[in-house]
Amino acid sequence: MAKKPSTKKSTTKNNFGGLDKKLILQIHSHMVKSRVLEERLIKIYRAGESFFWIGGTGEEAWGVPLGMLGRIGQGPANDYFHLHYRCTPTLIAMGLEMKDSVRLMMNRSTDPSTGGRNFSNHYCFPKWNVAPVTSPLEVQYSIACGTAHVQKRVGKKAITIVTGGDAGTAEGDFASGLILASRRGQELPMLITVQNNKWGISTGYDGQHGENFIADRAKAFNIRARVIDGNDPIETYLCVQEDMEYIRKTGKPAFIEAHVSRLHGHSSATGANKELGEVDPVTEFENELLEADLLTEVQVKTIWENFEAEGVRATELARSEPVPTADSVWDHTYHANENADWRKF
Amino acid sequence: MANMAQAIRMALHFAEKNYELKDIFGQDVGAPLGGVFTATQGLETTWNSTLDERGIIGMAMGIAMAGDRCVAEIQFADYIFNTIDLLKIAGNTLWCTNGQYNLPMTVMTPVGAGIRGSVYHSHSFDAWASRLAGWKVVMPSTPLDAYGLLLACIKDPNPCLFLNPKALMRVRGEELLPGEPADERDLKTRIDAPLGDRTKWKANWPKLEEYLIPFGQGKITRAGEQITVVSYGRHLLVCNEVADQLAGQGYSVEVIDLRSIYPYDWQMIKNSIQKTGRVLFVNEDTEVTNFGEHLAYRATTELFYHLLAPPRVLAGKNVPGIGLHPHLEDNSVPQKHEIENFIREICAEVP
Repeated sequence: MAKKPSTKKSTTKNNFGGLDKKLILQIHSHMVKSRVLEERLIKIYRAGESFFWIGGTGEEAWGVPLGMLGRIGQGPANDYFHLHYRCTPTLIAMGLEMKDSVRLMMNRSTDPSTGGRNFSNHYCFPKWNVAPVTSPLEVQYSIACGTAHVQKRVGKKAITIVTGGDAGTAEGDFASGLILASRRGQELPMLITVQNNKWGISTGYDGQHGENFIADRAKAFNIRARVIDGNDPIETYLCVQEDMEYIRKTGKPAFIEAHVSRLHGHSSATGANKELGEVDPVTEFENELLEADLLTEVQVKTIWENFEAEGVRATELARSEPVPTADSVWDHTYHANENADWRKF
Repeated sequence: MANMAQAIRMALHFAEKNYELKDIFGQDVGAPLGGVFTATQGLETTWNSTLDERGIIGMAMGIAMAGDRCVAEIQFADYIFNTIDLLKIAGNTLWCTNGQYNLPMTVMTPVGAGIRGSVYHSHSFDAWASRLAGWKVVMPSTPLDAYGLLLACIKDPNPCLFLNPKALMRVRGEELLPGEPADERDLKTRIDAPLGDRTKWKANWPKLEEYLIPFGQGKITRAGEQITVVSYGRHLLVCNEVADQLAGQGYSVEVIDLRSIYPYDWQMIKNSIQKTGRVLFVNEDTEVTNFGEHLAYRATTELFYHLLAPPRVLAGKNVPGIGLHPHLEDNSVPQKHEIENFIREICAEVP
């Protein structure tokens, strides 16, 4: 059975796992930026300037270290990221600018991920090997095996990272991914992860699972697996770092089940209101930093205000930008805009 | 002459050597079997996948996303249905990413009835496939076309679906592939794996040449003046046969092998109908929302004043499956006599 590690947890508040102060503050900064951005997206939805919000509030402590630790770049010599729709924190850590998330949220033609064609948080950045986020759940687990297969062939010790939610692990594609990643002698260099927020829209985790931990399912395939507190950025950083090193060294997969919060429900479809009773990883971590005198109240205030201002600027910019034209609907059906309209055959 | 299985094998070998094809995979695709129809014997980059169609398609998408060309096989099209949403995603990935991620992947799968394959070895997929926007879809009727269409699929930067009519896999063509030895026995000795132990066997490939059939380019296999018959795959050969028979009875039937289902050669169909004024579309997928219906709709709306008779579609009956007993199969998919009767009826119509 997979168990929670005890050695990685930042039990001594002033220790922070022995990480460098600059790194710790960088984690905090990314977490705040991600939170401010997501709350900005919700405001945009509420203002009637977008059709739908779905995002990653509550997953900052998990997502930020993941984005910071990957080998970022384009092509199979770098890490691939097959993410789901709660991964703004990871993208922020990789270098996402707020304006590009807002453009996606507001369906602008300047949106670099989809050109205004898809929902919020459906990111796609080939320059960082970020595969397109899909609305169908868990298909990313088998697709990720394909990029890992190529990376194994290329032999540059790059890895494929895949994320998804707990409810979606009921999909067969999750099992497909575990099987393809772990075939004896053909193991794939993959960090397979599940962010367990204990919800599938309105259906709770309890009553839908027979296994003790989702990570136990990876164990069954001889995949190194563990359960971590994904609301603790230090524990997450240390565990992800260790598993990435293991994967690069052995070429074999590792599995992390991260327990995280879901702070604004499933999406705007369920109101996007702040949930009571969930741990807020940003404020928790911030309080720890204040207690440890790594930050002051004034500094914290400034950090939040600066990101708030950036969010406002991003919104104003997106408002001023064009939307997709109606006649662009056939664009990119085929590569290089080869005609796909049967009326013109 | 090569049969279709050999032609597919030679196309894959050519692509391994010339198109940087690095992965040919699926259930039983690799050694020792080399495919249930032997179409992947002796190749360098084949491997056996898990028995998991969704895993196969997902893996192909990932390989393509990383920039490598691959050919994935679903052993029979009857088992592709549980991958339909992955096929949708593969088809919309370029579009959803505003042109950023193209997927140079080919999926090949045997389709159709004709081998007494019962309920789950007889399905067609062309009508379903025609609704997968973003894909290119082809179906050959001859080994040479199989070679040229498969190479076109592998070379293309888009997801391509190669539907091979399983009943034609052992049928030989009438034209040599470019580079194919003229002696059939010589070819067999060189590229067919021996029975028994194959561990030390290696194919001795002929020096093949590139041959590409452009997407959306049909072929007139019988020229005629009285009626146009449009088909593809297994039924194309039946249509040819009927046209030849009826020629002796004074009928002049033009047969078009569409070859490429999407994109398709509308100009060829249009020019032919404008000449003949009559058209029949023949395929074996089920008849309701059949791809032939789309073509018939288009013929009706765009060529109405050229028509001497209503466009007709002869397709598989809209029943849940192809029954094993020949009475059931033969009454489910179009038969030669039905094609003949339809042609006679359409030609007999007086405007």
